[in-house]
Amino acid sequence: MSQATKVLFVQMKAFVAKEFHHVFRDRKSLLLLFGLPIAQILLFGFALSNEIKNTKIGVFNQASDSESLRLIERVEASQYFEVSEILKNAQEMEDIFRAGKAKLILIIPPGFGQDLVHADSPGADLQIIADGSDPNSAYTVTSYLQNIILDFQKGLNPAEIQQRDYGLVTELRMLYNPQLKGAPNFVPGVMSLVLLLICVMMTSISIVREKELGTMEILLVSPFEPLLVILSKAIPYLILSLINLTLILILSVFLLEMPIHGNLLLLFAVSTVYIITCLSLGLLISTVTQSQQAAMLISLMGMMLPTMLFTGFMFPIENMPLPLQIISHLVPARYYYIIVKAIMIKGLGIAAIWKETLVLAGMAMLLLLISWRNFKIRLE
Amino acid sequence: MGHSAKGILCEGLSKSFHRGAVTAVESINLKIDQGELFGLIGPDGAGKTTLMRLLTTLLKADRGNATVDGLDITEDYKMIRQTVGYMPGRFSLYQDLTVAENLNFFATLFNTTVSSNIDLIHDIYVQIEPFSDRRAGQLSGGMKQKLALCCALIHKPTVLFLDEPTTGVDVVSRKEFWGMLAGLRTLGITILVSTPYMDEAMRCDRIALIQAGEIMQVNTPQGIIESYPLTLYAVKAEDTFRLLQDSKAYHNTRSCFAFGSYLHLTFRGEDPNLVREYMEYLYRKGHDSLTINKIAPTIEDCFMYLMNSKPMTSTRL
Repeated sequence: MSQATKVLFVQMKAFVAKEFHHVFRDRKSLLLLFGLPIAQILLFGFALSNEIKNTKIGVFNQASDSESLRLIERVEASQYFEVSEILKNAQEMEDIFRAGKAKLILIIPPGFGQDLVHADSPGADLQIIADGSDPNSAYTVTSYLQNIILDFQKGLNPAEIQQRDYGLVTELRMLYNPQLKGAPNFVPGVMSLVLLLICVMMTSISIVREKELGTMEILLVSPFEPLLVILSKAIPYLILSLINLTLILILSVFLLEMPIHGNLLLLFAVSTVYIITCLSLGLLISTVTQSQQAAMLISLMGMMLPTMLFTGFMFPIENMPLPLQIISHLVPARYYYIIVKAIMIKGLGIAAIWKETLVLAGMAMLLLLISWRNFKIRLE
Repeated sequence: MGHSAKGILCEGLSKSFHRGAVTAVESINLKIDQGELFGLIGPDGAGKTTLMRLLTTLLKADRGNATVDGLDITEDYKMIRQTVGYMPGRFSLYQDLTVAENLNFFATLFNTTVSSNIDLIHDIYVQIEPFSDRRAGQLSGGMKQKLALCCALIHKPTVLFLDEPTTGVDVVSRKEFWGMLAGLRTLGITILVSTPYMDEAMRCDRIALIQAGEIMQVNTPQGIIESYPLTLYAVKAEDTFRLLQDSKAYHNTRSCFAFGSYLHLTFRGEDPNLVREYMEYLYRKGHDSLTINKIAPTIEDCFMYLMNSKPMTSTRL
């Protein structure tokens, strides 16, 4: 190592240490840094879940025979449904839906058991009535219920099953996520969102703060290379973001029971590329803003909303109008979301994600170039 | 630029902001010798900070050029940044770092250590040493200035730029601070210090009076006082405010300013009868316990005189 690089190394080390002091001595930034990911994971994991769990269901059992009771038992035994209402007549149905006491009602007609087991009957009927005011969840819960009924039918004593006409039976399989859990969808989403927010906000603020407090003046009137100011700012946040990533992964594996199917090392490597892209974005913001408030606003408004909208974990991009689809290609989180899903959920390797990784790396290079060109070696 | 001269040399240095709409400094000519303690005296907004920032390479001049220790402020800005010490007007150290951490950080930044430069800052450092574990943000104003001075001196600069170092600092600390500057001057460091406090001007070797971006006069403090061309009187009466109003209205008053409980007053012309006529005027106005004395002007009187007379575009080097 030459003398010059040695000096550089010592200077960088001092600068990075200083940066860590700033973070760890400021409760607000600490809270933001580590509170945000935990809060997001818990929020999405438990409160904002679109998973079906303990959906209230009403039952209007007009048969009251052993088969119908077994079916109801089956429905209740599943973790998805909770029989909350037993109807005595059809008029109650309206009131139950209006009062929101149940999301759907299963109607078992008289003679259900008879129709089910006897060869001469044309087959048993069931009716499901769902509250369609929330079509998405109505659709999901009815298909769950249909699956349970299908299961029930298959599980009947073979002697009881009447071999009927060769009917078409569609068998549905949800690959990678058979239980349709929410976690595999939102954990990658939260990861891309949290890492982006932390990296962009913290880096942009930390550089602008030096401008605002006037310390940038002293840093500029020193032998320290201005470009190194930028790099030394990025290093601590790269490390902190990797810690954050680990935290998110631990939470999702142990708390949300979401396994990581792919290579953990690959996940961290690609995440590092994404983090660097986000840090470069933060650096760019810091070169064009003059106050911490402006930097904060741009990071929050300019980053959070597009990321939520265009990443694909809240709203499917395929359904958007073309101009919005084109815009979504500019959002780094979109690519990272695809990558994380591929590695964590599908267990795929680098062959499946190299394109997205290259796009992220390219973005990082471009952003770094612009911020480098933009960085002012003077005060104006 | 072939200036091998040490010290600071400005030639026609101009700078404006907002695309020329606001002129910050205009055609500054200045020559500061090596080892000189030079004061830049002027009110807020006079252009002191802009001049400091131009010389510390933080701003780029629109016109003119300048050298610091023979180095051009535009072409050799990197070398200037390695050799000068700069203390910005606002307290610009890291408030959340301790005194020791700040010192060590800036020492490392300048590729040196605190211990190898302790001889230069020793006298100042011993005063802040008891607080070395305290965060800089929790220091008193005077202590902050001492720490900032230590940080600016940590790499043995040849030229020291101090932008309003005593603003917002108590009187005792201000006195101490100027004592330290006098000590540094004996070590041969060129010091350019700006201040809005006219009384501090007397502690400089030479001063430049700056107003509205232009230097009005450059001289030793004594020289500036001696060049004051008028006879100055200090007037006192029981009701200072009414005295000021009446004196301003008096037809022979050339200038009149309140200085504490006194009025500093000059007449149009040097006729000795003017004083008597003026006093009679005041008695007629019903003023009590009147006193009037001929006094030597202060730097502030000189400043006021220069500011109100025709702006001098040619400055003496």
